[in-house]
This record gives sequence, structure tokens and C-alpha cells, in this order.
Amino acid sequence: MAKLKSWKELPCGAIIDDPKAVLDNKTGAWRSQRPCWSAEKCIHCLNCWIFCPDAAIMVKDGKMTGINYDYCKGCGICANVCPTKVQAITMEEERK
Amino acid sequence: MILAKTGNEALAYAMRQINPDVVAAYPITPSTEIVQIFAQYVSDGKVDSEFVAVESEHSAMAACIGSAASGCRTMTATASQGLMLMHEMLFIAGGLRLPIVMPIASRSVSSPLNIHGDHSDSLASRDSGWMQFFCETVQEGYDTLIQCVKIAERASLPVICAVDGFILSHCMERIETFEDAPVREFIGAYKPNWNLLDYKQPILVGPATMQDYFFEFKRSQIEGMNQALPIIEAVQAEFKQKFGRGYGIIDEYRCEDAEAVVLLMGSACGTMRDAVDTMRNQGKKVGMVKLRVFRPWPAQVLKESLRKFKTVAVMDRADTVNAWGGALFTETTSALYDLDARPKVLSYVYGLGGKEFSLADAATVLEQAYAGRKEDLVTYIGVR
Repeated sequence: MAKLKSWKELPCGAIIDDPKAVLDNKTGAWRSQRPCWSAEKCIHCLNCWIFCPDAAIMVKDGKMTGINYDYCKGCGICANVCPTKVQAITMEEERK
Repeated sequence: MILAKTGNEALAYAMRQINPDVVAAYPITPSTEIVQIFAQYVSDGKVDSEFVAVESEHSAMAACIGSAASGCRTMTATASQGLMLMHEMLFIAGGLRLPIVMPIASRSVSSPLNIHGDHSDSLASRDSGWMQFFCETVQEGYDTLIQCVKIAERASLPVICAVDGFILSHCMERIETFEDAPVREFIGAYKPNWNLLDYKQPILVGPATMQDYFFEFKRSQIEGMNQALPIIEAVQAEFKQKFGRGYGIIDEYRCEDAEAVVLLMGSACGTMRDAVDTMRNQGKKVGMVKLRVFRPWPAQVLKESLRKFKTVAVMDRADTVNAWGGALFTETTSALYDLDARPKVLSYVYGLGGKEFSLADAATVLEQAYAGRKEDLVTYIGVR
């Protein structure tokens, strides 16, 4: 583990100047509902990618490739914005 | 230019000259006109500011925080219940070290409902990490608001610039304003420490911290306030050099050889000056110490000043309802505690909800201070 900084070394205003540092905090364990994605049904509209308040929708070459469960907190917004006819993302109870 | 302006008009006029990038505000008595007049300036194209009409004071401060975090010079105005509704967001602006500048027309806090002037609103915000200035006159409000922009940005701290509700906000006074150009020259261009929208240097604003870093970030914020006083003094000196009017952290009035003084903030200082003059004419050695800066708490400055006197009467225009008098009283006594020879300190609470503070009241306080004694720990002036 990296050495903890003293208060004198911290940036003014509690900003984080290395935003990638948040990757160290895997927040997926907070989830009580899990989004389940169907590759067959997905039309790659990327609504989920636009609306995900984290960055848990994985996309490669303009195509949805899955959900990053290390960071997905299970808010369900992706399932909600998935077009009604498609329903490629559905929420299921998280099993420990 | 010499103009006749009420406190609200003068503060709005200063805001026009400051020409902030963003003003997000929700008007409330007695500071309504600051927002109203500024909105008119926006409509008339007299400022370049983006005016955000929000749905509440909580939203006003939230919008100000977002704006300031995006590197914009940001202002708002409020009072009383509005400041109370902002309370949560005040701490966030403080912790993020955002130099938001907020004139307020100080007013009592409900209940019972009352729209008139006292210091309950700003003093209730005293632990939120904002600097606080209290002004005696409309002129001082105008001058101080201009100084506040520079002080806030140099100290990276938000600031409240308070004028007494109605007594100053609605009373017309002859004031000497400056031309726009020297005001803008004085405050200079704003160079933010960081900018949330700078995609070339991405940062994260408002992180969650745990036991390992929260206290360190707060310690860093506390240091910002610790370092603020010399910044205020420097800006006041620069202001005096450029515009000729000088202000201190405290301003002493007829304190040379005084045996007893009254310490207070805001518009009542004007009444007290008159009462001091009357007693001086009677050969009684009394004076007044006007406190302009309440946050940061200028303990050292007060200690140096007040140690010279036998008695100090401290007058609070707000009660902390703590069964031990007002904030000014408790903080003054604590500042004086480690002196070897301490002046006697008398506590007064006055003028709540705009209750008149008369020359006779001022004279009574001075007489008691001069005698060095009174009966109760806290005296509530004029209460039946």
C-alpha cells in the first residue's frame, strides 16, 4: 500500500488530481440488484453507456461488450433506458 | 462619483462593477433588491454575467459551487432563512476552498418570524469555513464587497460580506463610488487554482474520503483560514493605497487612554460613536472597538487591542441560545484568557429582530462599562 500523504501534501480544496485513483475503489460490492445483459437482444444503441452514472458499461469499437461488475452499483438506470422493445438489460437480485 | 444609494443598491452596484462570471441567486428579504437590481443589469446588458434564476437558496449555493468549481468568478446574495437553507452547501463551498463572494443583509432567523436586522443568520453559519465581514455603513459595505473578491480569491476561501438588514440594506446614504475601470483593475483577472472543465488536466472534485484522509483534508482547510488574516490585511492596504479609504481588522475609535471600551459589529457602531463622543465630552475615558472581521476570528489582534483597557463591554446582535451569551462574548473572553492581566468583560445582547438600539441604550452600556460592573452575566438591552 502506498504511503499515506500528510495534510501539507494534499491539494487545496480536496480535489483529486489523479482521477484514475478512483479505480482502486471497487464499488461493485454495494450492489443489491444486478443488471444482466443479453448480447443477442442488444441493438448497440448505447443508451446505457450514455446514462450510466459510473463508467460500468464496457464498449469496444462502438459496440456494447458487457457490464463491469467491479464498479456497477446496480442502480438500474441502464435497464430503464434500454429501449422497451429490446429489453437487452434486465435487473435481477444479486446473489452473494 | 458621489451617489445616494441604499445598502442593497450599493452592493448591487459593486457587483456590476465586479462583473462576476456567474450569479446564481434566489431573492429573499431584506437582500431581495441586490438580486433584483443585478438581474436588471443583466437584462440591460450592463454586465457579462450569466444569471441563474434557481428554485431555492440550496440550489443557488449548489449552482455557485458548480460554477466556482468550473473556474468562474461567482457571486450570490441572501439572508436569514435563505442562508439557513444554504447551510449544507456552505460547508461544501468551504471544504472545496471555492472563493464564492456573498453579500448578505443580516436578518433574524425564525421562529417567531421576523424580517428585520440582527446577526443571527451569519453567526449561525460561523463554522462553515466562510470568512465573514460585518460593515458599519453602506459605504463600508460597498468598499468591503470589492475587497472581498480579492481576499476570497487570494485566500481560496468563500466570504460573506454582511450589512445589517433594513438598517443598512434599505437606508439611503451618500456614498463615494469608484469608476468601473479602477475597480476591475483592483480585483484583476481571476486565476482559479483548478477548473473542473479543463479536460486537458482532468481532476475529481468532491471526493468521498475515509478515516485515512478526511481529517488531513480538513486540517488543510483549517490552515487556509489560519493564513487568511495577513491576506485580508494586505488587500485592505492595497485598497487604501488605490482608493484612499482604509479599513482594519478592527477599527478603534477614541481608544487612546480609554479605560473602558465597547466591542461590537455592524451598524450599531455608528450609534456607539455618538455615545462615546458624548461621554468623552463629559471627561469620561471611553472608546469603541469596531470588529469588522468575525471569521477568521482575529484573536491576536483583539488581544493586542483589548489588553490596554480595564473593562470591555461586548455586544452581540445575536444570541447563541447556549445559556452563556452571544458568540462575540464567548470568543472574546476565550481570546483574552491567557493574558496575565485581563480586562473585565461584560456581555450584552441587543437589537434582536431589529429592536431599536438607541443612543440612550448605548450610553447605558458605556456607563456600565466605565463603572466596570453590572448585575447579570448577560444583559438583554431593551427587553421588557
